[in-house]
Amino acid sequence: MNLTLKIWRQKDANDKGQMVDYNVTDISEHMSFLEMMDVLNEQLINTGDEPVAFDHDCREGICGMCSMYINGEAHGPDRNVTTCQLHMRMFKDGDTITIEPFRATAFPVIKDLVVDRTSFERIQQAGGFISVNTSGNTQDGNAIPIPKKDADDAMDAATCIGCGACVASCKNSSAMLFVGAKVSQYALLPQGRVEATERVQNMVAQMDLEGFGNCTNTGACEIECPKGISLENIARMNTEFMKASLKG
Amino acid sequence: MALDSKTPKGPLKDKWTSYKNNIDLVNPANKRNIDVIVVGTGLAGGSAAATLAELGYNVKAFAYQDSPRRAHSIAAQGGINAAKNYQGDGDSSYRLFYDTVKGGDYRSREANVHRLAEVSANIIDQCVAQGVPFARDYGGMLDNRSFGGVLVSRTFYAKGQTGQQLLLGAYSAMNRQIARGKIEMFNRHEMLDVVKVDGKARGIIARNLITGEIERHSAHAVVIATGGYGNVYFLSTNAMGSNATAAWKIHKKGAHFANPCYTQIHPTCIPRSGDYQSKLTLMSESLRNDGRIWVPKSMDDVMAIREGRKSPTELTENERDYYLERRYPAFGNLVPRDVASRAAKERCDAGYGVNKTGEAVYLDFKSAIDRYGKEQAKLKGINNPSEDKTYELGQAIVEAKYGNLFQMYNKIVDEDPYKTPMMIYPATHYTMGGVWVDYNLMTTVDGLYCIGEANFSDHGANRLGASALMQGLADGYFVLPYTIGDYLSKDIRTGKIPTDTKEFDEAEKEVTERINFFVNNNGSKSVDYFHKKLGKIMWEKVGMARNEKGLKEAMAEIKAVREDFWKEVKVPGTADEMNPELEKAGRVADFLELGELFAKDALNRNESCGGHFREESVELDGLQKGEAKRDDVNYAYVAAWEYKGEPADAVLHKEQLEFNDIELKQRSYK
Amino acid sequence: MSGLLKSSIGRKFAMAISAFFLMFFLLQHFVINLTSIFPDHGVTFNNLSHFMGTNPLIQYGMQPVLIFGVVFHFVMGFVLEIKNRSARQVSYAQNNGAANSTWMSRNMIWSGLAILAFIVLHFIDFWFPELNTKFIQGDWSGLHNGELRYFHELQEKFHNPARVGAYIGAFAFLAMHLLHGFNSAFQSMGANNKYTKGLKTFGKLYAIIIPVGFMIIALVHHFNHSH
Repeated sequence: MNLTLKIWRQKDANDKGQMVDYNVTDISEHMSFLEMMDVLNEQLINTGDEPVAFDHDCREGICGMCSMYINGEAHGPDRNVTTCQLHMRMFKDGDTITIEPFRATAFPVIKDLVVDRTSFERIQQAGGFISVNTSGNTQDGNAIPIPKKDADDAMDAATCIGCGACVASCKNSSAMLFVGAKVSQYALLPQGRVEATERVQNMVAQMDLEGFGNCTNTGACEIECPKGISLENIARMNTEFMKASLKG
Repeated sequence: MALDSKTPKGPLKDKWTSYKNNIDLVNPANKRNIDVIVVGTGLAGGSAAATLAELGYNVKAFAYQDSPRRAHSIAAQGGINAAKNYQGDGDSSYRLFYDTVKGGDYRSREANVHRLAEVSANIIDQCVAQGVPFARDYGGMLDNRSFGGVLVSRTFYAKGQTGQQLLLGAYSAMNRQIARGKIEMFNRHEMLDVVKVDGKARGIIARNLITGEIERHSAHAVVIATGGYGNVYFLSTNAMGSNATAAWKIHKKGAHFANPCYTQIHPTCIPRSGDYQSKLTLMSESLRNDGRIWVPKSMDDVMAIREGRKSPTELTENERDYYLERRYPAFGNLVPRDVASRAAKERCDAGYGVNKTGEAVYLDFKSAIDRYGKEQAKLKGINNPSEDKTYELGQAIVEAKYGNLFQMYNKIVDEDPYKTPMMIYPATHYTMGGVWVDYNLMTTVDGLYCIGEANFSDHGANRLGASALMQGLADGYFVLPYTIGDYLSKDIRTGKIPTDTKEFDEAEKEVTERINFFVNNNGSKSVDYFHKKLGKIMWEKVGMARNEKGLKEAMAEIKAVREDFWKEVKVPGTADEMNPELEKAGRVADFLELGELFAKDALNRNESCGGHFREESVELDGLQKGEAKRDDVNYAYVAAWEYKGEPADAVLHKEQLEFNDIELKQRSYK
Repeated sequence: MSGLLKSSIGRKFAMAISAFFLMFFLLQHFVINLTSIFPDHGVTFNNLSHFMGTNPLIQYGMQPVLIFGVVFHFVMGFVLEIKNRSARQVSYAQNNGAANSTWMSRNMIWSGLAILAFIVLHFIDFWFPELNTKFIQGDWSGLHNGELRYFHELQEKFHNPARVGAYIGAFAFLAMHLLHGFNSAFQSMGANNKYTKGLKTFGKLYAIIIPVGFMIIALVHHFNHSH
């Protein structure tokens, strides 16, 4: 198939940036979206232009590196996939595809489609851990039984790949699904309860500091999340936060 | 120089304990004055960085991704082994040790593997304490599953995302130290060389991938944890950015490179669909528990399927060749990875491949769905269920077990694997070979350590499923923190290592010159062009089956590609900006050297063992006719290569492997 | 507590609390209005209105709280809207919001503004005259020509079709605001689990029945008065 691509080009963080049109031809429907981008880049290199910079790594939907906003949706029109798992069969010959970086004040553009998501890292550094030393001299893994449901729910929250699609999709650029997932994972496990009060307060404070918007419960994040992280996690974080605030 | 593995004396089971009791320690006040650089932040690097920082060292950690949590350890699906014996099925550290040595086809170092097995149980406790949500049973206890090649259930797992959860656990431990200021994290940085001062590793040269700035970083010791070199094949299950640059650079600076030819080709990956393919996707080994592998018996059916005239479901049982069940009646579809991969290649080479590229075999769940369906019907008290009903009941069970994998397959191939058999083909997955290290995990350069997949140490010639995660975390959490302390105890009076010395000047100059060459070369071909060319040679001649003629050709061809690369490579953009093509160019340049050494090592090793199969070394008669033949008399050694300029000129150093506790046997799956 | 109101979740929680209060008030208002179409010529309505209009607890206790609730809800709504807009300074060239969220949820600020405009009209219609009568003229009798005046005033207001139209339009916006707002408030307060499924259905019913009810009341009065 032949396609027209409208791609955001921006030389570096200080550049103003603009949308630029490209054409690609003979795209197989079995290609992944990023393989289509590879074809474009090979074409650009051969014609002496600069290839489009985009983040990607594992190309199997787990590292969370790829981050394009395709035709108005994070990771494109398919559901429960990352951009690297999106396949060209979702598009038709002659389509025009708009490709933009994830946009949020807290995710500044580095170049073209590459954005800086280290705000997520700082939120995790603010409390996304259990303060236990890695000596191995902890108690036995089975010393505290954990109800299967809690373990499963914690796992569902922990599935988050930190790609930032939630922020990109949210009309308010809110990071609550991400932070909610991180808070939930620990809040659901007995090991994480010990520091639950400080954790949620510190992580939320850092989240606010980074300039993410507030949650208005539109639910866009849950729909666009490639891992289907549930809104329940935001609700749980809200409760955890209010509980923590009452404790002081 | 003779290779000294520095394995402690004494009985195998006491070596690690007595070693720990006798090493020198660094007192806490002195640790504050010692810097350690950790390059790579996957399971091994991440866990090492966190632990060293907890102990009090100042750690500088480097990752080429924008966060440590994106390292490719995250993609490991199945699980992590540990000799916990929670199931009471007779497991023990000794049994884990034994299985690992045997699974590695007797090409690993006994003492290292035993230590790995000893600390394995600690890993699980540690991860649970960190909040890793391992799967649990209804009683709230940790659940286990079984993996290939062993007789006990010792694999702990977190859905199909165990690697992700363990990495997030290690990253959370890092975060705690980053917050305390004990780890300084350098995201989007790539190490481009190691700096040696007076023969000791004292720092690195790194490039800031956002600004292109070349930076100098000094430390008292350097730890390389940058993973394997599977991307030398271009197509592999590795991440796009996975590279061998750090490992190769230290090799060029004096670290010997061991057993590069030991590479694991995983049998169950989604086949290539065309030349544009950028990477291959693994489907967990666990699928072989329920799937049956086959190709059509007749060439007519093969052609009919390829041309779309026939669907695989139309073939009767008699028209199918379940070749693994035919060749290996005892293990059937559950033969180890290397055996399954070679058998698939054999069928496809004979022309029986079932997709357009001729490189695919079927993995069929029909029998399992029927079997589970009947079982469920019985459990639910349904008499004489219709075929549809049985199918529906069976599908539900298969979905519960492998749903996420089936969905992934469906998204990639656009076929419903519940209805039509999956197509699979082997792909490069893991490299057992790597930088040679002694018992301390130190390379042949003082103060330069190598851990995780990047080193060669624990898996011999073949790695068992669910052991990579175990090794990465064992190295980082529990082994390196001890062994590096012994070395650093001699460095407490050294003081800060300055970076304004001639050693740093020279290393930086070399790095800058190479970068400038790339951006100014203005050749005619893209980096990928050369990488694909290299990959094709590697796959065809240094792939699943190797022979002398092919390997010699491969060496010559790789050299030719390399020479062409240095003439014709084209890197757009500049050095002082984010430039992914420039990053790739540096990595491919190193692969082009490593590939040749790989072929040379494969040529040297004229035996078949584990993932390395030499067509010249097969059983000629008897029950095992045509199977791999190991040569313990001539090749029971680690081949460690010393860099001497051209890869072809590398000098071989042998570390003879001694097996005092285990008797060497042939692996038989017939 | 002021620290809490600086945090994103604290504000969200406060929005939800004020929303609950307003939704409760709305229900109460609806119930009283409903009595205006009882076939008793406004007797019940007049009595209830008089009670509400003269009871000191309601006038000096509840009324200020209500005013605070309304003002807080919309001021905080604006504050959050401004902050949320600043969280994305460069907007997308193409954004397909309809793919992942409802129109209602994405446009709370607009439905909210429409409701605010309506409240202003409503105050001009009813509340300001009430204040004038009671607090400036000091007439707390509630009587006009010897009868309780509320029902009659109500009927008078719905004479003008333009006003009825404006009311109906505003109620449509109210329905949209509530369709997202009701469940959103619960989610903000941390209620999201298997038990909230029923609550969601209830929320939808509430969001439709109350505004539609108000519309019907307005129409009934309009047509009753016309002939």
